[in-house]
Amino acid sequence: MDQQVKDLINNEITNNEVCLFMKGTPDAPQCGFSMAISNMLKILEVSYKGINVLENQSLREGIKEFSDWPTIPQLYIKNEFVGGCDIIKEMYENGELKKFLTDKQIKFKK
Amino acid sequence: MAMDLKEIETLIKGALPDAKIEIQDLAGDGNHYSATITSSEFSGKSKIEQHKMVYNSLKGKMGNELHALAIKTKE
Repeated sequence: MDQQVKDLINNEITNNEVCLFMKGTPDAPQCGFSMAISNMLKILEVSYKGINVLENQSLREGIKEFSDWPTIPQLYIKNEFVGGCDIIKEMYENGELKKFLTDKQIKFKK
Repeated sequence: MAMDLKEIETLIKGALPDAKIEIQDLAGDGNHYSATITSSEFSGKSKIEQHKMVYNSLKGKMGNELHALAIKTKE
């Protein structure tokens, strides 16, 4: 992977506590899976940065290699890859996501 | 680009021989699937590791030939 892309990803996940690499934007997601995570974060009133990989082809490929994860969306919280749509959905449904946010001291609607 | 349900099952079985796999073709288009995979090999592993094991079994097809496969893993 290009060093520039690696730096870009590192910057985003370091400077934003909650960071969602997604297709589209939080206001206009362009894929159902990206929309699903966006909606869960919105319901929990978590403030997050959405990064649209469709605007940057090298980022779109780079993030897959960076996380060693073949799909998008990908959620990072405090520099840590938490999961894609399936894992986040499962964590949302069984309460683990709230626990994780609490542990990481991220503000959300309880 | 699409992938046959049986092919997905065979690939996962190849990597996780004891796996019980339930796959649904969500849209009937051979492109959007949902799979529940139960295997003893998931035990002691994080969800991320478990999903990676499934992705690895698909040998790079995930995100390429296979557009969407929702995964649920169980020990």
